[in-house]
Amino acid sequence: MSFEWIVSIVSDNWPMFLRGAGITLLISIIGTIVGSVIGLLAGVIRTIPVPERAAKRIILKVVNIILSVYIEFFRGTPMIVQAMVIYYGSMLAFNIDMNALVAAVFIVSINTGAYMAEIVRGGVISIEKGQFEAAQAIGMNHIQTMLHVVLPQVIRNILPATGNQFIINIKDTSVLNVISVSELFFQTKSIAGNNFRYFESFFVACVLYFVMTYTVTLILRYFERKLDGPENYSMIGQPAQVTLTNTKES
Amino acid sequence: MDKVIDIQHLSKSFGAREVLKDIDFSVKKGEVVSIIGSSGSGKSTLLRCINLLEKPSGGQIIYNGENILDDKHDIHAYRTKLGMVFQQFNLFNNHNVLSNCVVGQIKVLKRSKEEAEKIAMKYLKVVGMDQYVNANAKQLSGGQKQRVAIARALSMEPDVMLFDEPTSALDPEMVGEVLKVMKELAESGLTMLIVTHEMEFAKEVSDRVVFMDKGVIAEEGSPEQIFNNPIQERTREFLKRTLK
Repeated sequence: MSFEWIVSIVSDNWPMFLRGAGITLLISIIGTIVGSVIGLLAGVIRTIPVPERAAKRIILKVVNIILSVYIEFFRGTPMIVQAMVIYYGSMLAFNIDMNALVAAVFIVSINTGAYMAEIVRGGVISIEKGQFEAAQAIGMNHIQTMLHVVLPQVIRNILPATGNQFIINIKDTSVLNVISVSELFFQTKSIAGNNFRYFESFFVACVLYFVMTYTVTLILRYFERKLDGPENYSMIGQPAQVTLTNTKES
Repeated sequence: MDKVIDIQHLSKSFGAREVLKDIDFSVKKGEVVSIIGSSGSGKSTLLRCINLLEKPSGGQIIYNGENILDDKHDIHAYRTKLGMVFQQFNLFNNHNVLSNCVVGQIKVLKRSKEEAEKIAMKYLKVVGMDQYVNANAKQLSGGQKQRVAIARALSMEPDVMLFDEPTSALDPEMVGEVLKVMKELAESGLTMLIVTHEMEFAKEVSDRVVFMDKGVIAEEGSPEQIFNNPIQERTREFLKRTLK
């Protein structure tokens, strides 16, 4: 009976399952955070208005081309192939023997970065022009405008897309078993290889993946609500009494 | 009186379309100037050129004796000297009322938080919004938003306030509260440049009225002259259309 098998597989192998789930979470958390930072930087650079001076304009153009190549390349090739190319290629070309876990974090990060760059760019574009103009009108430069006015709004708006990316990362780290990272899929494969109970073992993995992704969903919802702030505001002092008479002495 | 802003031969084109043609125009300290004219006459563009939200195609903008279109001039420092009030309010959506008036002071003028909040509260009181410091922009009515936007600009303690059709996006019953605030400011001796469609208001508060038509200043003079004895035929026509 399958159910009894599941219980016995869990009780025999729970440390391996947990370690696998832990590695999966570790790779996807670091990958999502580093990828988001890459995406924010790339997205901000790609929305810098065209500068006046020729020299600056050329530098920006070159940087933008490099970013486009990066984004298009990593969005346009499967992560499982990138993993093979980067892991084995780095050994062949540069004689670097990458630790599989480091390679995994690296691959997920730059992949997420490529997707997040586009998400951030879309987020910046969606902010109304008036927000930029109002910030410039009080003397803010591009970086100040981004940091204090635009990006906080962009981050709020792209939070659902970022959560989506995080969930994709949790699931997609499973392809990294091809470079022998001991994440959840890899561990489950080893467990099933020992007991020949493929359905039951992978069913356990399935539940673990879902628990992780759903927890992430709930946490992100909480943050979204938190960022939206209270629905009502409190008035300070006495109810509305508009006084305009003290303009002159002030 | 000293000229705060002196514009010489200013022109602006969007592609092949010439929106401003050879504008000469100045604002003196303490003066309240209204710019009137039909839509597309270039009055908003002129205002936006003054604080460089639009880059002029030619001419000079002299601010306190310095040409701010010089390459080496610090645009950001110059903009802090001009308070801008937009038609669409443009309050920062990620800041509450107080924070809208404080963020520029802290980040651009490098004032301390305490000082910035004190100054912000002073001007929020001036516009009658000091009880709403905790509110977010989306919780306010149009008139309230615009009054906060005025307080935000005043909090930078600019030399000149620029108003770009500040009541055009408001429901009729909210126009009054914003105009009342602006009238108080005008009487307090602030230098103001107002692009407006509110003719009665322009007549009442302005020291000088500028009528723009097809990218040029067609006529300027005292409110009495412009509204009662306009010299130019096109000024008469415009006023006939708007004041019926």
